Amino acid sequence: MSDTRSNDIPAIELRGLCKRYGSGDTAVDALKGVDMRIAPGEVVGLVGPSGSGKSTLLKSLGAVIDPTAGQMFLGGEAIFDGVWKVNDLRTLRRDRIGFVFQAPYLIPFLDVTDNVALLPMLAGKSNREARRRALELLEALDMGHRAKANPSQLSGGEQQRVSIARALANNPPIILADEPTAPLDSERALGVMGILNAMAQQHQTAIIVVTHDEKIIPLFKRIYHIRDGKTYEESVG
Amino acid sequence: MISLAARDIAHSWSKYVFTGVGLGLLIGVTLSMAGIYRGMVDDAQVLLRNSHADVWVVQKDTQGPYAESSSLPDDIYRGVLGMPGVEQAANVTYFTMQVQHQGKDTRVMVVGFEPGQPGAPPSLVAGRHVTRSHYEAVADVKAGFKLGEKIRIRRNDYTIVGLSQRTVSTGGDPMVFIPLADAQAAQFQKDNDAIVSGRERTAANPAFNRPSVPGLLEAVQASQITSHNVNAVLVRVRPGWDAAQVAADIQRWKHLQAYTYANMEEIAVQKLIATSAKQIGLFLVILTLVSTAIVSFIIYTMTLGKIREIAVLKLIGTRNSTIAWMILQESIGLGLVGFIIGKTVATLWAPVFPKYVLLLPLDAVLGLLVIVLVCTLASVMAIRAALKVDPAEAIGG
Repeated sequence: MSDTRSNDIPAIELRGLCKRYGSGDTAVDALKGVDMRIAPGEVVGLVGPSGSGKSTLLKSLGAVIDPTAGQMFLGGEAIFDGVWKVNDLRTLRRDRIGFVFQAPYLIPFLDVTDNVALLPMLAGKSNREARRRALELLEALDMGHRAKANPSQLSGGEQQRVSIARALANNPPIILADEPTAPLDSERALGVMGILNAMAQQHQTAIIVVTHDEKIIPLFKRIYHIRDGKTYEESVG
Repeated sequence: MISLAARDIAHSWSKYVFTGVGLGLLIGVTLSMAGIYRGMVDDAQVLLRNSHADVWVVQKDTQGPYAESSSLPDDIYRGVLGMPGVEQAANVTYFTMQVQHQGKDTRVMVVGFEPGQPGAPPSLVAGRHVTRSHYEAVADVKAGFKLGEKIRIRRNDYTIVGLSQRTVSTGGDPMVFIPLADAQAAQFQKDNDAIVSGRERTAANPAFNRPSVPGLLEAVQASQITSHNVNAVLVRVRPGWDAAQVAADIQRWKHLQAYTYANMEEIAVQKLIATSAKQIGLFLVILTLVSTAIVSFIIYTMTLGKIREIAVLKLIGTRNSTIAWMILQESIGLGLVGFIIGKTVATLWAPVFPKYVLLLPLDAVLGLLVIVLVCTLASVMAIRAALKVDPAEAIGG
């Protein structure tokens, strides 16, 4: 799994990705041939009404459900082509995909540092090395002063920043953000988007942000609209 | 890698400790039940040890004197004493009764013994041995009697002159040692009304009241109010002699029942307290099952409370084995907290029990192993639930 982050090779590319739930008369096609191409360092929006297939697409990208057909490339490497091309999806998620959720879902019994350091630890880094990486990210996200705090002691915005640090901990080529600004007010929502943009630039990470949030939509240069299982690209900038 | 279980326990330690206290009390009861059984066995063994006998001679075809009633003429011992290999042979009586003491009843086992012979009280913790022929007693400290106090046994008062320790019956009742003659009288003596009534009944019987045989009625009546029976003859075997052989000889030539220490231990431990042991054993099994169910339920509930965190952990690449290990560690940790509390409370409340509670270190070790096993089994349901969690649950929609 090489870390190829050149703008020539897309960080993530989908070709005709399909997902069907159920079978026979009750089958539902949630994704009907999704195409998508995102460059390293790019932050794109994924917008669509409820039931349009956003979550299914995100789960497919996150390798937590099996697409039915199509192709998926990560850094130019085919990871799905009708079947998964990687043996261990758990390792794929751990090392190559970062997740930011609508609610931060920090582990309540770990402090801020260990919430971030857990991923490098799971990847085999020593505790010391993992914590050093975590502190670097927390400092970069202006959360260094809360490194020893428990998640319950943080505000919503602070928790979201910690979850962004966690998503970046293993330096993945892509981050999937599921409505990361939904619970935040305008100021904090813009702050979180600013951080995601900065991190994307700094780490050359492709970030897909699923959102309904009108106030952040103008911040995207490219938006994928998803409707009835199909995506339509819109360039904003 | 950090210990997720340790962090989770540290984070919600109060919930963990309170749950552990509840479980600990249950474990304490379980350990106490085991201690009660051990105490019963020890009571039986200590009774035999304190007898200082190698062979018990009792009524033929009985398992006396502790498990069944046994009655022997008190001159049997002379014949036993003449058997090869017998060094000492002494009469003893045992009977259980309520003794009035400071306005309340105390249940004791009264032992009639001959000083210096098998069956006499062992070394004392206070006072002196019985030196007079009548109306002196040595009592076990557990009876609560004080030196110099008088207790009433049947129609006579006895002065407590010495106190012994761990001299109890198989039922755990403290022993009171009195001179053999007094004990025979107390065991078999009737009250005045019964004696008068008995005399009249005998006089009305033409077989005993024959005008042609003067003195017969008086002789029969006299025999009815005195007892020359004992419950057992305790035998000490000469050094170098085999107790089993001596017992076999007594049994063969005297037409009595004779038991060695091993035989007697089998009767006392395996027969006399067998039903109680089964009762306690079943109770222990039930308590173990209840503990397993409680730990399972607690761990399962605690795991269900972390479903979202588990989904996130799985999504970010945590191995199933890491999550299972976390749950198992928490379950065993809960068991260890419960064990420490259980062992502590069992030790603290053991002396309060009216019967002897013997907490053996081996039982504690076995209990710990059972708890670890129970907690391991109890975590299975929670681990299964955790492993079924779909990492996709962490992603909304």
